[in-house]
Amino acid sequence: MTENPLPPARPSTSPARRGGESADLKVVGKPLPKVDAATKVTGRAVYADDMLPARTLHCKILRSPHPHARILSIDTSAARRIPGVIAVITGADLPIKFGILPVTQDERALEHEKVRYVGDPIAAVAATEEEIAAAACDAINVEYEVLEPVMSIDAALQPPKDERVQDYGGPNNVHKFVALEFGDVDDGFSRAEHVREDVFFFQGNTHLPMEQHSAIATFVDGKVTLWSSTQVVHYVHRALSKVLELPMNRIRVIGAAHGGGFGGKTDPFAHEIIVAKLAMLTGRPVKCTLSREEVFYAHRGRHPVLMWVRTGVTREGRITAMHFRSALDGGAYGSYGVASTFYTGALQTVTYDIPAYRFEGCRVFTNKPPCGPKRGHGTPQPRFALELHLEKIARDLGLDPVDLKRRNFVKPYSRTVNWLRVTSCGLEECTERVMNASGYQDRTRRAGHGMGFAISSYMSGAGTAIYWNDMPHSEVQIKVDRGGITVFCGAMDIGQGSDSVLASIVAEELGLQPPDIRLVTADTDTTPIDLGSYSSRVTFMAGNAALEAARKMRAKLVEAAAAKMSRDPADVEVTDGRIGDLSFEEASILAEARFGTLTSAGSYTPPKIAGPFKGSGVGPSPAYSYSACVVDLDADARTGLVRVNKVWIAHDVGRAINPLLVEGQVEGSVYMGLGEALMEEQAFRKGLHKWPSMLEYKSPTFLDTPEIETFIVETVDPEGPYGAKEAGQGPLLPVPPALCAAVFDALGVWIDEIPVTPEKVVEALRRKEKGEPARYGPPRFPSIPYPPVIKVEPPPKDLDAATAAI
Amino acid sequence: MLRLPRFNYLQPKTAREAAKMAAGLGPSAMFVAGGTDLFPKLKRRQFEIDTLIGLDFLPREIRNGSAEHSIDAGVTLSAAAHNAHLNEHFTGYAQAAGLVSSPPLRNAGTIGGNLCVDTRCNYYDMTYEWRKAAGFCLKKDGDICLVAPSSPRCWAVSSSDTAPMAMALEGVVTLVGVDGEREVPVASLYRDDGIEYMAKQPSEVVTALRLKGSPNTRSAYVKLRRRGSIDFPVAGAAVALQLDGEVVSGCRIVLSAVASYPLEATAAEVFLKGKRLEADVVREAAELAAKPAKPLDNADLSHFWRKRMVRVVVEQALARATTNGGASVVKLSGR
Repeated sequence: MTENPLPPARPSTSPARRGGESADLKVVGKPLPKVDAATKVTGRAVYADDMLPARTLHCKILRSPHPHARILSIDTSAARRIPGVIAVITGADLPIKFGILPVTQDERALEHEKVRYVGDPIAAVAATEEEIAAAACDAINVEYEVLEPVMSIDAALQPPKDERVQDYGGPNNVHKFVALEFGDVDDGFSRAEHVREDVFFFQGNTHLPMEQHSAIATFVDGKVTLWSSTQVVHYVHRALSKVLELPMNRIRVIGAAHGGGFGGKTDPFAHEIIVAKLAMLTGRPVKCTLSREEVFYAHRGRHPVLMWVRTGVTREGRITAMHFRSALDGGAYGSYGVASTFYTGALQTVTYDIPAYRFEGCRVFTNKPPCGPKRGHGTPQPRFALELHLEKIARDLGLDPVDLKRRNFVKPYSRTVNWLRVTSCGLEECTERVMNASGYQDRTRRAGHGMGFAISSYMSGAGTAIYWNDMPHSEVQIKVDRGGITVFCGAMDIGQGSDSVLASIVAEELGLQPPDIRLVTADTDTTPIDLGSYSSRVTFMAGNAALEAARKMRAKLVEAAAAKMSRDPADVEVTDGRIGDLSFEEASILAEARFGTLTSAGSYTPPKIAGPFKGSGVGPSPAYSYSACVVDLDADARTGLVRVNKVWIAHDVGRAINPLLVEGQVEGSVYMGLGEALMEEQAFRKGLHKWPSMLEYKSPTFLDTPEIETFIVETVDPEGPYGAKEAGQGPLLPVPPALCAAVFDALGVWIDEIPVTPEKVVEALRRKEKGEPARYGPPRFPSIPYPPVIKVEPPPKDLDAATAAI
Repeated sequence: MLRLPRFNYLQPKTAREAAKMAAGLGPSAMFVAGGTDLFPKLKRRQFEIDTLIGLDFLPREIRNGSAEHSIDAGVTLSAAAHNAHLNEHFTGYAQAAGLVSSPPLRNAGTIGGNLCVDTRCNYYDMTYEWRKAAGFCLKKDGDICLVAPSSPRCWAVSSSDTAPMAMALEGVVTLVGVDGEREVPVASLYRDDGIEYMAKQPSEVVTALRLKGSPNTRSAYVKLRRRGSIDFPVAGAAVALQLDGEVVSGCRIVLSAVASYPLEATAAEVFLKGKRLEADVVREAAELAAKPAKPLDNADLSHFWRKRMVRVVVEQALARATTNGGASVVKLSGR
């Protein structure tokens, strides 16, 4: 474990939030099975699609066959006449717009004016059978005025042939511009001894969760209840209230057992609103489970991003200035896009010490399913560009790329030029671990074999909520009653194991084991707020809330037990199901007698550490995780096919509350990163998604996944619960650039765009043979009319010391 | 979700009975053996039928005679891939069976089913809704080919791995129809058409595949696909060689996934006869074999790359054929 060289940049406000010594911990740090493992593996978990209350109606949604068209008329009369059809609704029934971000409320559950991608919902049918609903959708007659679709970043930057995709933003189909400068970038470049520019492209891809989106709604006693496969019960609750025009207290949203999200279920979705509306109209339960094809249309996946980066360095490879530009293909709607745009420029500085930094970002609208947050949200793309760019700079200077990167690593407990507060940072140790294990530095040379290295960082929860509010980001209530412990929290377990983390923390504090803890989670009626399972925030934020609530409960139990034993509470040990000399049950009954109903609550609000500039809300996090990765592969020069032999990855998770879950998250991230690096592609042909199916959209299977060796690095963050940070997203980030660096190592060609398909490798080799640049990638970055940059002074050197002194 | 349509399921006891049922019901019925390709296509409404005729009665044995070897059509692909006798005498065939799809699907899919598997096209292997949005194509519900709109025919791709290999090994299939049984060479089972890709009567049941053994036959199958775990071929080469010492006395090369039927590379076969498999000879043969391959933009990966890769798979298959059952007599330059 690394020693913390400096005190915390900002001391914790709660004295309870300190990392315990690992030797004292009985549950935390142990590789325990998930609390719901048996339920899941025996098929007893109830997913939304498993629910079938009496008289359930089945819903199907008619979707646009055109990427861009005005709707002239919708005739549902034939559909309504089909026996078994109970209700048919169109956009006129749900005209209010919604969207995840307050600034982009641009979606309708059903469109009746204009469709913007193949798959845009137009009408919905509730019928007694799913086949009847499907036949009724087929019988709906829609008249369109077909418009020219906008299918690329380049096309979106030009004046539209017919009309713009959305009626806001601009010029042309630009959705959002960002232009920020921190420190004196021109001065930084003038001090540089070497300057390099590169262009990269990261193709869009989708989440591909095992479980398709599914939702079922009832309307009983004037109240809507919705069970959904969502990551964000709270935001769905708000969207339903807005669109259905019902007060929040008439709506209950419950997270059903979850088959995977990865960011793909982080928006409120049309089908969730539709089934609620149909339940209100019919008085019967209404269910909608998307087909796999519809999941590709719901999307909100990785933005395709074109990137240009220019960096100045000294002869020794120290960065003097960086200028980064991004252009994001956003698809047809806003979704998280404004945040995604900022994210493509935010986290470059939390791994490398960049003294002067300029970022210009731009998101455009196109006639494709909307992009949004996928694992790593907006940061894997710039990470890919940055890591390969530094590899190339190192080679320009004749330096070892690992050395060059190391020279620029950020220091723990520092502030970046764009005001991000770095606390614990295990970059050095992560690098050390993968270097030693992989033998990267002493790798043997053989034709077609290569190894590549990359690092990354990610947030442990966004420092700001999605909409402006002063509520805590997570709250936990604990009830102890007749010896039984129930934990209430809005957090949604999407398979990452957040329920297990809550149970572990409460069990640790109360001297119990996770199976002793009952959990009630992700239910807007019965649980207090948690913003949801996104931005890697749950362990950190719900974990801290649980820790606070558990310590308050523990104090009550200890006080009652101490009184009974006539002992100082400070001398009462809580461990192994005992409070001092008493059993937990005995102590809880005494405490109930002493205090009445035994409840406690805890909450977590991230520190207000955002910088003093517009857009500073994207990027700050109470702590950052760090990863380092080495990829070993063989690349066939004749076919261009790449076979990954092994991946070594070290991840600084602060503290592993459950190492088994951390390893699962790290391995899953590596697998997903390899899929993006090698094959996954949200591709379009003639305005249509080219392959919206699990066979045609290529993603690695078990058999295609190489051996992954994971190292957990624990830096014990001062603010995380027991020192924990995130593990679910960060480890994906270094994989694509490490793979491309390994391809260069193997064949001597740069593949500057993801995915690295065999045809690209073969083409790069052909160019190399002909004496052209040995590279496959975007030839240029488009000319984009970014607005003038907003200049922001870097934070004062003693910023956090000054805060700490108060 | 995508659901299976409702259908009747018939359980004949014999192939003759099955053929009679099929002949009586016409295009509204289909045979089902493993169902691994059929059921997804029913869900996507690529096949619209009201009756399935089960072929569960088909025996599942691999019989080894002294000169002839017979594989029942009901034998699963994994049973064929793991059969020691097939691995020894018809290595390429066992390899091809073992490279179809994924392990669970090979446990269900049969060798008869793989011989008859539908041609593929990524304008066709899509849901009803997608095809409606794209505009229906010749092969189902439409009147133009979306890959080659000016062409009067369908260019869906033959995607069987075992058919080219059975052809290269000069296999013979037994067909049972309404009027009785007949035997046809595998080569004459297929037609160069994406829609009417089989030359047999729709009511005829494939009941067995016979392969003739010869001690100096060596065979190999090389399959190219994005994921080694599950994908259909995007190009492939089946090679069967008769060697007289180091000289090729007989040779068949059949390509998969580059035409609407398993494409025999006749020019390369003629060229190789009487030659030693030196590296430059192999390279030239592969060049000749690749010439008639005309992949179009309707399968995974670019068709330009697939065209270039035909040479590579043929070279690899020739090298592997000579290695199977002995040391390689081919020395390839480069790797």
